[in-house]
Amino acid sequence: MMAMLTRRAAALAALAALLSLGVLPGVAMAQGTLRIITWADYVPADVAAQFTKETGIKVEVTLSNNEEMISKLRATRGAGFDIAQPSQDRILGPQQEFGIYKPIDLTKVKVDLIQPDLLATVRRNATVGGKLYALPYVWGAEGMVVNTQRTKVADYLDLCRSDLKGRTSVRLRRPTLMAFAFAMGKDPFALYGDPKAYSALMDQIGARLIACKPNFRFFFDNRDQLLNGMRSGELHAAMMWDSGGWKLARENPAIQFIAPKSGALGWLDTYTLPARGKNEAAVYAWINFTLRPEIAARIAKNIGNFSAAKGAEPLTDPKLRAQFAESFPRGFKDVRWYPAIPPGLEEIEGRVLDRIKAAK
Amino acid sequence: MVEASGTLTRRLLLWLLLAPALVWLLGLILLPHLDLALLSFRERTGPGEYAYSLAQYRTFFAEPLYWDVFVRTAVISLIATAITLLIAFPIAWTIAKLTQGRVSALLFAVCLIPFWVSETVRTLGWMILLRETGVLPGVLVSLGVTDAPVEMLYRDATILVGLVYTSLLFMVVPLYSSLESLDDSLIEAAYDLGGNGWTVLRTIVIPHAAPGITAGCIVVFMLTLGNYLTASLLGGKNSLWFTEQIYTQFITRFNWEQGAAFGFLLLLLSSLMVWIGLRLSGQKFADVMSRS
Amino acid sequence: MSAPQDFDLEAKSALKRFGTHTAVDSLSFGVKRGSFFSILGPSGCGKTTLLRMIAGFIEPDGGDIEIGGRSQRGVAPNRRSVNMVFQQLALFPMMSVGENVAYGLARRGVGRAERDSKVRAMLERVGLPGAESKRTDELSGGQRQRVAIARSLVLEPTLLLLDEPLGALDLKLRERMKIELKQLQAAFGTTFVYITHDQSEALVLSDQVAVMNAGRFEQVGSPQELYYSPATPFVAGFVGANNRIEGRVSAVHGALVDVATPEGWVVRAQTQTGPDGRKPGVGDAASAFVRPEVAVLGRSAAELDLPPAAAPAPVHEGVVESLLFDGANSAVLLRETKTRAEFRVALPQTGRYADLKVDERVVFSFAPERAVCFATGGHG
Repeated sequence: MMAMLTRRAAALAALAALLSLGVLPGVAMAQGTLRIITWADYVPADVAAQFTKETGIKVEVTLSNNEEMISKLRATRGAGFDIAQPSQDRILGPQQEFGIYKPIDLTKVKVDLIQPDLLATVRRNATVGGKLYALPYVWGAEGMVVNTQRTKVADYLDLCRSDLKGRTSVRLRRPTLMAFAFAMGKDPFALYGDPKAYSALMDQIGARLIACKPNFRFFFDNRDQLLNGMRSGELHAAMMWDSGGWKLARENPAIQFIAPKSGALGWLDTYTLPARGKNEAAVYAWINFTLRPEIAARIAKNIGNFSAAKGAEPLTDPKLRAQFAESFPRGFKDVRWYPAIPPGLEEIEGRVLDRIKAAK
Repeated sequence: MVEASGTLTRRLLLWLLLAPALVWLLGLILLPHLDLALLSFRERTGPGEYAYSLAQYRTFFAEPLYWDVFVRTAVISLIATAITLLIAFPIAWTIAKLTQGRVSALLFAVCLIPFWVSETVRTLGWMILLRETGVLPGVLVSLGVTDAPVEMLYRDATILVGLVYTSLLFMVVPLYSSLESLDDSLIEAAYDLGGNGWTVLRTIVIPHAAPGITAGCIVVFMLTLGNYLTASLLGGKNSLWFTEQIYTQFITRFNWEQGAAFGFLLLLLSSLMVWIGLRLSGQKFADVMSRS
Repeated sequence: MSAPQDFDLEAKSALKRFGTHTAVDSLSFGVKRGSFFSILGPSGCGKTTLLRMIAGFIEPDGGDIEIGGRSQRGVAPNRRSVNMVFQQLALFPMMSVGENVAYGLARRGVGRAERDSKVRAMLERVGLPGAESKRTDELSGGQRQRVAIARSLVLEPTLLLLDEPLGALDLKLRERMKIELKQLQAAFGTTFVYITHDQSEALVLSDQVAVMNAGRFEQVGSPQELYYSPATPFVAGFVGANNRIEGRVSAVHGALVDVATPEGWVVRAQTQTGPDGRKPGVGDAASAFVRPEVAVLGRSAAELDLPPAAAPAPVHEGVVESLLFDGANSAVLLRETKTRAEFRVALPQTGRYADLKVDERVVFSFAPERAVCFATGGHG
């Protein structure tokens, strides 16, 4: 639905742009189409329309998630899209393995518009062979939503409490494994270099989650599924990322988004260039366009998270800032960033996830 | 000379007419499967490095989890096929033998209704109906059948309901066409010679409808075996459907090799089941396919 | 009249309605044990409904049907000692010939060995020895019919119903099967109830024929009675070929009347009591029926070779309209000279008059005693 609306809006915008061509000579023209594969809400229709109006470039958006983005690019060996927006920790492994991205030409990017610490995080995690493959776009943190009228939780292990049987939910994905590892007092990131020890740790976490399985009503696959579960009251507490949690909080004050005691895990989604993307001029035009403070702020507001553009923060919705301050009283210190996943680890995690799924 | 060129033209024409089908078969079915077959015999040895091996198939047999899911998928599909047959038979019988014209068309339309919306919407509809805060549990409470709303989703029975609902039409159509061709006087003759409802069904109706029954069962079995949405959405955290495994391997694990191997095992399973089905019912593949 | 216990089948005011249409109108009749009984009528006359009622596929709305002296009310078809040979024979295509014949025995729980021997014996009796393992589609039309009959007779039913089984056969085969059917019936001695719209089948095969029309029997009798003494205009018109001359009675001479057509042609015929119990009187609308073989033909009145009769037969003049050559059944179609009325005369088998030409003038005559006349309408 979203994709359709966006696409229709983009088409209308393109039509408007074409019409304006004849009327308004002198508009900077970098012609063509820009194909973006990204998450829902990441490319607001009005932003795309403005971009088309300014540049004449049509924007085509395909909605996806981390795994699908990577799989699609792998299947086409990096063709079909000009920009992809995976999370920063999911770039190194697939790049080493499949070579689906091309390096960023930093000379074409207004680097000073980007928050330096976020750029540094990306540099640390998405540099392959001395070349940088990603730029930061939007970030947020993962924590828990809780219906305070029904229960109280402080950390992920509380989701496994016996009084919450059938009333909680998590995703059957790697962030859940990581979150539970930290909640159990372990640091999985420290074991990234030691597959054996990592495997042992994952087994341990798998066993904990299997023991917890009766508590999970379902494993959610998308945000709406979880939001509906919380709204209907079928779920009392769940793992969720910040924007979803705040959205619920705005609708129902009894629902809160909280950072777990063991620390929230921070995610950071990026701009990447698929290896066989075509319209490079348009790509850099788009990156620089979306880094403009007022555009970045609009995007961030649309997503409900925070932009990586430096100038956007003062323009961010004060309500959102207040919610952030409430959920993360100590600010960034509560957020732990994912390091890049070395190839091979996901296989270990996959086996554990399968086992959790199969457990009765 | 003239005749030779005539034959040539005719042969050329034949090839031209066959071309779309051949392109489709070769390009869209055979080649991708060959590619998958090759993929399934590969093993990752290092970043971007692969070697031929049977590791993917070994994993399948070594890890009881995959084997369990495989067997579970096959068993539930078989049960769903059987239930679909039991439900579809009276419907097809009614349409073919008891009603005519408008009523038949109406009954067909009723079977078609599930296909007016996409599978996703259909499945979500079931979820709205069956979830704890949904319609049916609410009705049960207000009727006093249960004290508190009961969660009806995420059970094997729920998966079966969804699968049967989705498959019904594919069973009704071949059954209908085979029952319709059954001459009523054969049934009357069997009664006349002393048969009763059960023996007539067993000795006349079922043998006559056997190709249709087999065709329907094959189609429904394949559809349920390959179903993804219904099983994974209605099954919830315990769905454990084999196609879901394949999807997971391909998309979330980036493990195409394992996914390809699983895909081939599924293909093997369905071919095997079809073969067993044909052997048991004593039907010929061509006969059955011409019915479906 | 026979005693009721001699009847294998007896209908007592059997009634069947479909909506407002009365398919079988309070019929009562009996079929004697061991006889070949035919129900003859045009399509839609209710004969199929009657047969299905006897077989038990249709429950009568009123009256009763008794088979072997027992009421069949509420008795399902599979519990009646009646078997049926269907129009399309309805052999089970999924079974061999032997299995077809054994079907009813198996349903009765007869053991395999006994079943096999009975099937073998039955197939021998119908002239298909050793055909057990053949498939039904390997048989000729006649053989299939014999299997269908064997399948029923092996159950030794009180009554065998046959629903126009010859209808689908070609003419040659039909002629042969007629003879075969009659022989089979004679050999088995089972009571046959046969329905057909083909008067020749009914006449050739039957001991008794019921002519059915609009849900009622017009006449029940031997083929000879039907042919020579039709009880109603319908029977006269339906059974065998007949010339029908319609008009009004202009004169009565004892048992004979003159019927004048509106065009003014007058023929003389014997009066018959019609279905309403009336004999035609002067001024009544009436139909005279003259069979083609009753009339004789000549090039002149002297040539007419009439059988001796009480009264002299009137002589008519005509013109040859067309010649209908059909071997032994050859006839000539004439038009009466003055009124142009059509009249058909059978040609003698001697081959005499085979040289007649179209438009040739001829004379013809028939003995009035062998022509029949019914009142058809009101007095006028």
